[in-house]
Amino acid sequence: MVTTPVEPGAAAPAPKTNRIGLTVMDYKGGKTTLCAGCGHNAISERIIESMYEMGVQPELLIKPSGIGCSSKTPAYFMSRSHSFNAVHGRMPSVATGALLANHKLICIGVSGDGDTASIGIGQFIHLMRRNLPIIYIIEDNGVYGLTKGQFSATADLGSKLKSGVVNDLPPIDTCALAIQLGATLVGRSFSGDKRQLSAMLKAAIAHKGTVMLDVVSPCVTFNDHEGSTKSYKYVKEHEETLQDISFVPHFEEIAVEYDPGTTVEVTMHDGSHLHLRKLEEDYDPTDKIRAITRLTEAHDKGEVLTGVFYVNPEAPNFIDMLNVVDEPLATLPDSMTRPGKEVLDAVMEELR
Amino acid sequence: MATTDVTPRESSGGVGQKRIVNDMSIQVATVNGSGSQSSNTVLLRSIFQMGVPVSGKNMFPSNIAGLPTWYTIRANKNGYIGRKKEIDFLVAMNPETAVEDTMSLAPGASVLYDEPLALHKLRDDLLFYAVPYDKLVAAVCPEAKLRKLVKNMVYVGVVAQLLAVDMGEVEKAIRKQFAKKVKAANLNLAAAQAGFDYAKASLKKLGVFYIERMDKTAGKIIIDGNSAAALGCMFAGCTVVTWYPITPSSSLVETMIEYMKEYRIGPDGKATFAIVQAEDELAAIGMVIGAGWAGARSMTATAGPGISLMSEFAGLAYYVEVPGVIWDIQRVGPSTGLPTRTSQGDILSTAVLSHGDTKHIMLIPCSVEECFTMAPEAFNLAEQFQTLVFVMSDLDLGMNNWMSDPFEYPTTPINRGKVLGKEDLDRLGGFARYKDVDGDGIGYRTLPGTIHPAAAYFARGSGHNERAQYSERADDFENNMERLNRKFETARSFVPRPEITKGKDAKIGIIGYGTSHWGITESRDQLRDEYKVETDYLRLRAYPFTREVHEFIEQHERIYVVEQNRDAQMLSLLKLDLKPELIGRLRSIAHITGLPLDARSITDELTSMEGK
Repeated sequence: MVTTPVEPGAAAPAPKTNRIGLTVMDYKGGKTTLCAGCGHNAISERIIESMYEMGVQPELLIKPSGIGCSSKTPAYFMSRSHSFNAVHGRMPSVATGALLANHKLICIGVSGDGDTASIGIGQFIHLMRRNLPIIYIIEDNGVYGLTKGQFSATADLGSKLKSGVVNDLPPIDTCALAIQLGATLVGRSFSGDKRQLSAMLKAAIAHKGTVMLDVVSPCVTFNDHEGSTKSYKYVKEHEETLQDISFVPHFEEIAVEYDPGTTVEVTMHDGSHLHLRKLEEDYDPTDKIRAITRLTEAHDKGEVLTGVFYVNPEAPNFIDMLNVVDEPLATLPDSMTRPGKEVLDAVMEELR
Repeated sequence: MATTDVTPRESSGGVGQKRIVNDMSIQVATVNGSGSQSSNTVLLRSIFQMGVPVSGKNMFPSNIAGLPTWYTIRANKNGYIGRKKEIDFLVAMNPETAVEDTMSLAPGASVLYDEPLALHKLRDDLLFYAVPYDKLVAAVCPEAKLRKLVKNMVYVGVVAQLLAVDMGEVEKAIRKQFAKKVKAANLNLAAAQAGFDYAKASLKKLGVFYIERMDKTAGKIIIDGNSAAALGCMFAGCTVVTWYPITPSSSLVETMIEYMKEYRIGPDGKATFAIVQAEDELAAIGMVIGAGWAGARSMTATAGPGISLMSEFAGLAYYVEVPGVIWDIQRVGPSTGLPTRTSQGDILSTAVLSHGDTKHIMLIPCSVEECFTMAPEAFNLAEQFQTLVFVMSDLDLGMNNWMSDPFEYPTTPINRGKVLGKEDLDRLGGFARYKDVDGDGIGYRTLPGTIHPAAAYFARGSGHNERAQYSERADDFENNMERLNRKFETARSFVPRPEITKGKDAKIGIIGYGTSHWGITESRDQLRDEYKVETDYLRLRAYPFTREVHEFIEQHERIYVVEQNRDAQMLSLLKLDLKPELIGRLRSIAHITGLPLDARSITDELTSMEGK
């Protein structure tokens, strides 16, 4: 499995750069300390690729995370971006505060299934309903890796731990929950599906609202065995892709061939387009009810449905609703944040 | 018409006794949700407008409507505005508590009651005034459904007549209270006038208490501590406020929303602030920390239960070194406790809030003026020291009305602390986030969004070295914790210094803080005048303790630490800080009843411990 990009050799030709003149090396992170073959590393790779290809200024990205194996990964991508490895299950509030302070920032929040669906379910729910502009990624392996293999709340009913313990509680479907609560781009992918995950991430970068991506990412140490429903083998055998996704950023003038009869085009806020190749003629990613039905049906059939289930690029996001000045609140000059003496005098007069 | 059916005993302070002017406490017992708050405020303001120092304390239930509530107005020519234990004049409007309220009065007190309650039958050592409220209200308020709301205004008129409060001032106060609602103002004024006229025609003045004009409130304002704090935070340049409603802190943010909407929105209609009601206190503090990390002046306001919930995040902010301001409007714990009563019960737990070795800066206001001035101080300290600063107010200060000199415009500049921008990084080439470059324990930080390849650092609650890299090395951990300690030591010289008031050749010292100040000030006069006991007094204004605190303890044989909790929390914190040989000098006067600490309780306990 790939980990992080390696330094190019001295004799290599001039490296390729993106639209803001940076090489892919400018997006790399530290060396991963996760288990070899961990699905999370593949996700970090896709984040590096998509951020590079979309030409995101690394210094404008923040990558808050919670606690767990997944939440360690911001150390393994994009070292030129500020990270905040916060407390367990509370990344959403830290991310929210940071974006209140500076709404110019692009935020990718990294969480895991335990960090989101158990300890963090409260903050997750409220983040989704605010439609805060954030890319929220769950690196979902259905297991607590860092504490050595206990079930999480996304573990499927009937799945088995290495120790033989069988999960007898139903899973929380974070995608269905996110759609219902108000997230405006919701999808599920698989850490090993380079093409789909990359396209989804690029769409996420262009979206100006809450993006919730549940990325099934098998745990090679605690959950990649016969009884697990989140092992490589299980997912590969049960994965059903909802649609082929191609994403065209607005700054790349590439004509994409697509058949109008089989694609749905979604215009993102920044002018770029998301194309969803429908496997079923009637799948409409703007239909919440249909999306939840499909997810429920897939659960019943034991399938892992992947793709973008729901998109709504029109919904107002949380920052829009706050109606704040254009400059980041964090760095407003004193003259804008401390009213003049005449204001205090007027207030004092009223209180006499 | 009945005035009183009982002839008061001469000894109980009736006709012919010396007049007591501008020194009394009036307690109004009502049912919450009955509109009594307006009447109480009008009476308070009327006395205030006559130049008499006055304070109002609301003792209310944790309930929206239908439970007993008491409001105590104290007028005092000497400026004592703490709670007075004894009630001189009871206005018994609540049938449910009227009997108990009357029975608990000291002999000689006056009782104004609703005629059908027939309270005069209970005791013969009190002065009774009966008022037929329903009859009076019906005459001035034709609309039956409004009668309940204006009934309380009748007592204002009666009290005004009995205590010689100027009706012109009552009218002025009513007009202010109802501001633009002219119809409501007129109706209430008619009710007050009906009470006044009735009292003049039918009640015979029996008591010795009078209000007379003086000039001790000229130019002063009346405001509650939460509103003062809200104003202070607005002028402190706060930009991000996140909160979860909890009594008694909610009004701080609610008032702030009003002020910010009025004064912090630009001509284009855009706000220079974001105020977010979070889903709980965990999220509120998480947002404060996220915003502080990203460079905003961020704050939240809460009370004890919220502080408990914020514990884990407080440790994160301490260790990652993120600024933020937290207002703790203390109420009575443990647990839900008495949510609408006051205490100083969060001092010890807040000082060391969170697991592991943590210490936090606390500022402790005693007055509405300090609620205002400590707000910009708190934000400056938070950013200067890259840490949370807790402002430890309480319900008595936060929710009650206090008179004060008008607040002065802040002259201390806004200090954003050690933040490196792009140009600094160009010059330096890079930085180590947690390196003690200046020897004060405070590192330099960068803000997300600073466009420079070396700007980013990894903020993490896990072990880290000077360069903010993950580290489990023993030396890295120890060095970092020692530096954090050094930073806290530096803070000793920057937090607000205590206020010291000297007695005459006093051997005894008193240490107090927050709203205990008002009881202590009055108690010191009682000790001097009644017991010839001179005291020096140090009022703490911050934690960590400054040099002056240690010196004060060294200079006195015995030090009484006065506070409003059970376990002598501040005394315990002092013990941690003191040389062992000085610890024995500390004695505790710790009271927790839920009611603001009164002078007499301090005096009684101190004199008993002094063997007087």
